[in-house]
Amino acid sequence: MRITLKLFASLATHLPVEARVQHRVELELEPGTTVQEVIRRQGIPEAQCAMVLVDGVWVGPTERSGRVLVEGEALAIWPPVAGG
Amino acid sequence: MAWTKNVLRVNLETGSCTTEPLNLAWAQDYLGQRGLATKYLVSEIDPKVDPFSPKNKLIFVTGPLTGTMAATGGRYSVVTKGPLTGAIACSNSGGYFGAELKFAGWDMVIFEGASPKPVYLLIQDGKAELVDAAHLWGKTVWETEEMLKRFHQDPQIRVAAIGRAGENRVLYAGIVNDLHRAAGRSGVGAVMGSKNLKAVAVRGTRTDAYTMADPEAFMRATEAGKQVLAANGVTGQGLPTYGTQVLMNVINELGALPTRNHRDIQFEGAQAISGEAMHTKRPTDGKANLVTNGACFGCTIACGRISRMDPSHFSIQDKPQYQGASGGVEYEAAWALGAANGVSDLETLTYANFLCNEDGFDPISFGATVGAAMELYELGLLTKEQVGFELPFGSTEAMVKLAELTARGEGFGKEIGLGSKRLCAKYGRPELSMTVKGQEFPAYDGRGLQGMGLAYATSNRGACHLRGYMVSPEVLGIPVKMEPQATEGKPAMLKAFQDLTAVVDSSGLCLFTTFAWGLSDIQPQIQAACEGDWSEERLLLVGERIWNLEREFNLAAGLTGKDDTLPPRLLKEPAKTGPQKGAVSKLPQMLPEYYRVRGWTPEGVPTAETRTRLGV
Repeated sequence: MRITLKLFASLATHLPVEARVQHRVELELEPGTTVQEVIRRQGIPEAQCAMVLVDGVWVGPTERSGRVLVEGEALAIWPPVAGG
Repeated sequence: MAWTKNVLRVNLETGSCTTEPLNLAWAQDYLGQRGLATKYLVSEIDPKVDPFSPKNKLIFVTGPLTGTMAATGGRYSVVTKGPLTGAIACSNSGGYFGAELKFAGWDMVIFEGASPKPVYLLIQDGKAELVDAAHLWGKTVWETEEMLKRFHQDPQIRVAAIGRAGENRVLYAGIVNDLHRAAGRSGVGAVMGSKNLKAVAVRGTRTDAYTMADPEAFMRATEAGKQVLAANGVTGQGLPTYGTQVLMNVINELGALPTRNHRDIQFEGAQAISGEAMHTKRPTDGKANLVTNGACFGCTIACGRISRMDPSHFSIQDKPQYQGASGGVEYEAAWALGAANGVSDLETLTYANFLCNEDGFDPISFGATVGAAMELYELGLLTKEQVGFELPFGSTEAMVKLAELTARGEGFGKEIGLGSKRLCAKYGRPELSMTVKGQEFPAYDGRGLQGMGLAYATSNRGACHLRGYMVSPEVLGIPVKMEPQATEGKPAMLKAFQDLTAVVDSSGLCLFTTFAWGLSDIQPQIQAACEGDWSEERLLLVGERIWNLEREFNLAAGLTGKDDTLPPRLLKEPAKTGPQKGAVSKLPQMLPEYYRVRGWTPEGVPTAETRTRLGV
């Protein structure tokens, strides 16, 4: 199955160089892959995953190992950020 | 005591500058800055006064931690009755001006009356005088600061000034200090213009302006606070690197980014105008928009953006004055100048933002008003002949022209200067104004974030994100995560945010510290600086008292609970796309509970018991 991984701010360095301007890359995954598994597979420091959204919906730290991704979803991750 | 205990009262009509002691009993009840100046204002003016009448007053005010070694302790506020809303107006700014005012020995400057001719106030420590400003009238903020420093032969003078927008009474004109920090919202600059007051120039060199109640404890408390800010991912890394602008992609992904006058809730051009885009090298000249970050006085976060435009951009090709580095777009400005009207060219946004700084007008209200005008144009209610040029959503050329015209007070810029409430009413569609109490929304959609919708509706100065930043729990999970569409618990959480924010805004500290600091980090700093009991419980009571005092002023000014509402679009038109698709604001479900937790009647009036408890 294919999903979209979006990494923003300083996490963009974990994307292929050519994908960093658009902040996204398409990933081919085994069915049943969880959010947590994608984070680990891509080598993203878990402590830096402050905000994790799947199709815009918050996935909290304790939910990531149980949240199975499905075809076509977008997983977006930010380090600690805020604004105002 | 961290207060200087001195108030400077300036009568613009007679030209007198007199010193009076700070009301220390009020300082114990309202702390400083926002709270204390509000107490002075409501005690001295008729709430029903015309904001442009000489009988309105304008107060520049610092907090007890302004000009101290507390991290971010450089804030000041300007408090008056606002012309955009008819409500209390209180705008907060950073930079270096506030600390300089404190070093000169003043907690507060109260301007009353109106000058018969343009003047500026010159403060040199304890000496204050009004000086003829005929040669400055008609000049921009940037020109004014340069001319004042040159004339007085002192590059260290700090200047807070209005530009042509304030002179022309653009209803959302701000006061700009240090070239690109601003008391930006609610039209405080227009009130300054109505008083023929061009600028306040201040030089402070006193080392005895104030004392600390407990200097050792203060040094310990502020050092501990700085360590917390440095270790926190948001204040130690995220904000300095990406600024507030990092939110552009966050809020768009979440489906809460108001787009094209709130017709849409996601913007296809968000990435192109985001904080990340500011770091990306341009194909034209190989340089990034962002040059560096910048800090205000005493700040260890440094979220400010310093940008340099592409010199080949059509807006500045023959204008060298805009080709150097200057204040870049923050999130709210980027949203208002961009997504709010469908413009996705970062360079255009940066240019418009430069003009907002240069001539002193609020980019949020300006950009949102342009968005409303673009919708009126697309509906055929405004024509090319009326505007002078085409005005479709997404037009970079129109954005550039309108920023220039509004800055100069020319052509259709005069109408943009009225704000969207008056503009939409004039062209027969008042419901298209995306405002609360006449003030334009900032960059979060009240349908996508229910708590922010409630915060907007109940904000004492009209739609504002800085009076109760529910984005923290609803988006960022600070201090706890709340689902964007949930309503349960939001009224009580909002009240806590509003009260705490009122404390921070009255202290001299920057609100952005609260991404890392809780009240338990702030309290020891205030306690060590100020004499008296400043327990956490008492501080929250001070915050609640300030909120209610502002509310009482607004009620006396003629506003009612019916003004605590949102435009029909947010209450009735479902969000079209994204994770919040189908959502409308659930304000009617939340407002009664909000009134209840506030101790107000079902009509939104503080009960006698609440008034007694708070001593308002």
